[in-house]
Parts: sequence; structure tokens; C-alpha cells
Amino acid sequence: MSLAQEILAMAKGAEMTAIVAIGSTLIGAVLAFAFGIARVEGGRLLSWLALIYIEFMRGTPLLVKLFWLYYALPLVGVSLDPFTTGIVGLSLNIGAYGAEVVRGGLQSVATAQREAARALNFPRRHTLLHILLPQAVVEMMPAFGNLAIQNLKDTALVSLISIADLTFRAQQIRNLTLAGARVYSMTLVGYFVMSLLVAALMRFLEIRARRGAAFAHSAHG
Amino acid sequence: MTGPLIEFRDVGKRFDRLTVLDRFCFTVQQGEKVSLIGPSGSGKSTVLRILMTLEPFQEGTLTLGGISYHQPHGRGPFKASERHLREVRRNVGMVFQSFNLFPHMTALRNIVEAPMAVLGLGREEAESRALELLRLVGLLDKKDHFPAQLSGGQQQRVAIARAMAMRPRVLLFDEPTSALDPELVGEVLGVIRMLAHEHDLTMLLVTHEMRFAREISDRVCFFDSGQIVEQGSPDRIFAEPAHPRTRAFLKSVLAESRTA
Ligand SMILES: Nc1ncnc2c1ncn2[C@@H]1O[C@H](COP(=O)(O)OP(=O)(O)OP(=O)(O)O)[C@@H](O)[C@H]1O
Ligand SMILES: [Mg+2]
Repeated sequence: MSLAQEILAMAKGAEMTAIVAIGSTLIGAVLAFAFGIARVEGGRLLSWLALIYIEFMRGTPLLVKLFWLYYALPLVGVSLDPFTTGIVGLSLNIGAYGAEVVRGGLQSVATAQREAARALNFPRRHTLLHILLPQAVVEMMPAFGNLAIQNLKDTALVSLISIADLTFRAQQIRNLTLAGARVYSMTLVGYFVMSLLVAALMRFLEIRARRGAAFAHSAHG
Repeated sequence: MTGPLIEFRDVGKRFDRLTVLDRFCFTVQQGEKVSLIGPSGSGKSTVLRILMTLEPFQEGTLTLGGISYHQPHGRGPFKASERHLREVRRNVGMVFQSFNLFPHMTALRNIVEAPMAVLGLGREEAESRALELLRLVGLLDKKDHFPAQLSGGQQQRVAIARAMAMRPRVLLFDEPTSALDPELVGEVLGVIRMLAHEHDLTMLLVTHEMRFAREISDRVCFFDSGQIVEQGSPDRIFAEPAHPRTRAFLKSVLAESRTA
């Protein structure tokens, strides 16, 4: 196996890692908002269900969840391909952490804002979507950035359910070439570069969110 | 003669163990301008917050414009659905001590948001009404400014315009100038004074600005320990307070404003 072939294989792996990371982060974000909002604004039942989801996901190892989806789910008649299993497992996992961020962000909006919204007689839904969330999202962005990077790194575990991601390819190549040091050095660099990209993207989104909110920090003049 | 617009009858309000209002009775006629004065912790804000449905209460009845705050056949005697409370709130607006403008919206958007989302006005109508209100409070040129780009006095004037845009029958002011630098108080009082000339608008004003209260009120109520100890025309209350606690309070406030 030539170095060029190695690099090509690694690049394919990196592509799969990117797809899994992006897919699960996006689905995770949807789950984060759904469960985070349910925690704060849902009725007793919804809030309680969201709490169970969050605590269960946060309290169990991702690897075990992936294995469970992969090996146990088919026994109850649901068999997902490895790719879907990986995305579902990662999304459910990161969505729970994200839900806590959404909850914290919503709760960080001053009570006075809720009271002002109430005094103007907004329906609760309008208060949530147009008063609370726009202010809360700005607060959530840094934590979302951390979670996106955490999720990117967590994707390495899907190699263990035979998804051909970067880590999976690295193992394959090492088995063929026995050049573990070189292969895993390249792998580390690959993850690091991707995480830099994620960090840059999240930073960009954060600045955009803040620009909408720049007024809140600009001096009165 | 119709009955009062607002009627508190034997209202009891507790925070956990602390009883703030006990068998509280208070009526306000439509169009009346009433000032609530009294020492800190006497329950003035609580009365306004109950009227704004920001606080529940545990005993008695409260009606506004013939609508009871308790939902008839509601979930238990002191519970009302959000839907019922929204019906109650249609008649009331509130101006807060700390303005509470929405920081992510311009002055204009702060004002049009509720008329559009709650009253269902179209953008054009909502904006023309909002611009008229901004003109009234003297801030037409600030319509595209965000709250952080406005002084406290300007923010409070926008907040007053925002509350008025909902055309409430009752407007509640909870110490609207207490958070302001002294040089900005006048401009806000000027706007409130202007509203006080609106014949049909009922106003409840909690304030420490005694001279202003005397000037614009039809009636002044002195609160102490959750009770209205004394009430009457401003001239009577300020010139010849009958109750010793009213006298003591006014004396201390006057002494304070002299040293300030
Ligand atoms: N959320 C709350 N929880 C517990 N106690 C409260 C709460 N809000 C008010 N209180 C208490 O209720 C009493 C009345 O408070 P309120 O705010 O109505 O007084 P106030 O007359 O408006 O005083 P101030 O002039 O200081 O604004 C006070 O003893 C206060 O400590
Ligand atoms: Mg108060």
C-alpha cells in the first residue's frame, strides 16, 4: 500500500466522519431544542419525560448505547444499518447534553422579560419563540460550540459498529502496514483539523448571533 | 352610575408564610387616577402585580371591568386557565420600574410586536399607531434604536408607548422613575402627566414622587403593612393627613427629599 493510497483511504474515512458528525449534530440540535424547551416550558408530564431522557442519556456510556442499538434493537424487530445506528446513537446522546444547554439558556433570560411579555398578553408560544429564544440563543452558542466538538470526537466510537470512518480506516491501514505511529499521527491531525473547522464555524455562528444582539453591549451614545 | 372598574374584595395574598395582603379592599372607578404611596414593603407593588396577573392570590375576589380574576367553573376557586387570564389581561397594561424593553428589538418593534401578535393588527396599521405613540412621547427619531442605545428616560418612554399601544383601560405604573438618574425623571413624568389628561384611561401609580402624585392624582392611597391606612384627595392627604402613620411617612419622605 503506497502512501498516496493510505492518504486516500484516510480521506474517505474523514469524509464519513464528517458526514456522521454533521448529521448527528444537526439532529442532536433539534432534539436539544425539543427537550430543552419541554424541560422549561412543557407541562409537568412533558418536562418529566424530558428529564428522564436527559438523565438517561447523560448517565450511560455512548459506546454501550451504540452497541445496544446495534445488537439489541434487532432482537425486538428493529434492525438499522450501521450508519443509521451510528447517527441515531450520537444524536440521542448529544441531544441530551444540548437540551441542558437550551434549558440553561432559557432560564438565563431575566424573569423581567417574561413578565413584560405577560403584561403585553403574548401567547406563551410567541413569548418563547420571539422573546425568550432570540435572547437565550446568544447565551447558548459557546456551549453549543463545545458540544459540537465533543460530538465530532465521539464519532470515533462508530468505528466499533463497523462504520468506515476515520478511526476505522486508520485501524484497517495499521493492520495492513503495521505502521501504527504514522497512521495514528495522521489520524490525530485529521481530527484536530476537523475540530478546528468546527470551532471556526461555531465561532462564526456565535458572532452572527451576537451581532443581532450587539446592541445589548454597545455603549449608549 | 355603573359600578367600579376595579374591585378588590377581601383579597388575601401570601408568600409562603408571609401574609402581604389580608382582607384587602380597594375600588377604582373608570378614568380615575390613583397614586399609591407608603413605606417599602407595604404591598404597593403586590397590588399592581396581582392586577397584572403576575401574582396569584389566595383569598377573596377581584374583578376588573366586570370580569372576575377567578375563572367561573375553573379549576378550583383560585385557579384560572391561561386562556382566562389572557381575557383579563386585555384590559390592563403595566410600566415597570426597570423598563423591561426587549433588548433584541428596536424601539418601533418593541411597540408593534404585541398589537400585531396579540391584537392581530396588520403591520401597516400597527406601525402607524406606534409612530404616533413615539411622536407623543417625543422619540420619533429614535424608532430604529435598540434599547441599549437609549437613555433610561428614553427607554421608559418607549415602554410607556409599548403599553399604550395595547389600548388598555387600566395602566399600572410601578415606580416608573425610581431607576432613573435625577435629570431624566422629568421627561418621564411629563409623558405620564400627558396620559393623565386622557379622560377614560384609569391609572394606578406607585411612586415616591410626592409632588407629582399630588399634581396628577384624583386620589392618593397611603399603604402600610398591606392595608390602605388612609385615602383621599391629594390636597387633603398631603396638607392634613389624619392618620399618625401617614403623617410620619410624609414627614420622613419630605425630610429625605430635602437632604437629597
Ligand atoms: N416574590 C416574593 N416572595 C416573597 N416575598 C415577597 C415577594 N414579593 C414581595 N414580597 C414581600 O411582600 C411584601 C410586600 O412587597 P411589595 O413589593 O408589594 O412592597 P412595596 O410596597 O412595593 O415596597 P417597595 O416600596 O419597596 O417597592 C414585602 O414584605 C416583600 O418582602
Ligand atoms: Mg414596590
